[in-house]
Amino acid sequence: MQKFFHDAVEFVPILLQGVWLTIVVTVGSLLLSTVLGLIWALMRVSGIGVLVGLSASLINVIRGIPIIVLLFYIYFVMPDFGIALSALQAAIIGLGIAYSAYQAENFRAGIEAIDKGQIEAAQTIGMGWWLTMRRVVLPQAVRIILPPYGNIMIMMLKDSSQASTITVAELALQGKLIASSTFKNTSVFTLVALMYLTMSIPLILLVRHFENKANRK
Amino acid sequence: MIELRDVHKSFGKVEVLKGITASVARSEVVCIVGPSGSGKSTILRCINGLESYDRGEISVEGARVDSNDRSIVAIRTQVSMVFQRFNLFPHRTALENVIEGPLYVKKQPREQAIARGRALLAQVGLADKAEVHPPKLSGGQQQRVAIARALAMQPKAILFDEPTSALDPELVGEVLSVMRKLADDGMTMVVVTHEMGFARDVADRVLFIDGGVIVEQGAAKSVLNQPQHPRTQDFLRRVLHPL
Repeated sequence: MQKFFHDAVEFVPILLQGVWLTIVVTVGSLLLSTVLGLIWALMRVSGIGVLVGLSASLINVIRGIPIIVLLFYIYFVMPDFGIALSALQAAIIGLGIAYSAYQAENFRAGIEAIDKGQIEAAQTIGMGWWLTMRRVVLPQAVRIILPPYGNIMIMMLKDSSQASTITVAELALQGKLIASSTFKNTSVFTLVALMYLTMSIPLILLVRHFENKANRK
Repeated sequence: MIELRDVHKSFGKVEVLKGITASVARSEVVCIVGPSGSGKSTILRCINGLESYDRGEISVEGARVDSNDRSIVAIRTQVSMVFQRFNLFPHRTALENVIEGPLYVKKQPREQAIARGRALLAQVGLADKAEVHPPKLSGGQQQRVAIARALAMQPKAILFDEPTSALDPELVGEVLSVMRKLADDGMTMVVVTHEMGFARDVADRVLFIDGGVIVEQGAAKSVLNQPQHPRTQDFLRRVLHPL
């Protein structure tokens, strides 16, 4: 145990650099996936045939490709088409796109759960499609969307470790680098696990808060 | 003011409106009565474009109603609707429900919208409920907020789709009395209802609809007191003496 604490004092500062990158990747891809997911979902419920079809196909293509392959594609293949991204950019974009499919399905479920009478009431006071969404549907859908959204946040935090496969030195990769140079596998990976857990706990509590709030309604 | 000429409407293979021709004059109160599934609500929903119609023509003050055209938004601000299930926005207070249209559709200044919203809530007897959210109101109160919300758009006419059918019997009166006051003030109203007392006392004219056609129409008292058509007679007998 004493050895573990000794190792911790030595490795934690290095691992914290990885933690920072993990947070950057998670927050960045969370924002991107939220924006993209909302766009796909709004296309899906727009009632316009072309947009509905396009969004449904996009979601299926994205869902059907493993995150790691998407990351490889963006980081290793895009330069062939003249788009060279840094590893960090590629990670954020890759994870953002990958998760946009799940976000979209969650948003769509929330939007479709709103009673049709609400939309008709909005229409009868002269609201157009976008105003109806913004003032009537989305504010109500948020209550339904938030608990699964929180779970997606937790999954994204953990899946940000996949960025290590394209050389982003986030927490998992930092851990692996330290472990392979010191052979202190137990200490290092225990610390890595504890750090992920520490970051997840506030999110888990947030999800519980969202669920309580949704249930109270 | 509202004209329907030979309006047809089908849902899939079922034709619900089989050539409806009717008109509503300014300040007139027209009640539409008839058995369930006869197409009463569909007529209202076609008038403000919630449903499209297949043939014929509907116009409001000369403007053709086309649910797929942008012009429908302007028509809807002139012809408000009150629903059976109120359809208030549950995430907004009574006052916010009322001022939503004036603020965001008509772009009125906030103070003006709020002042008028409060006045309208007072008019329907709910001045003290302005800050309450709809789920905390009784059905009758919710429907009165919905009427205030419709009035806030300063419509030329209001369509009522069975406004008291979802209410407990003891709450029906408060909604009907608000509607009667509106009628007395000269509001043009089209009311789908099963409240024969209201139709007899308040309506100028009654349309009896069955099977997607107007079976009988005329002055409210004469249609309801001395119905000519056997189907009207039969319907009224069943409504007024269910046992």
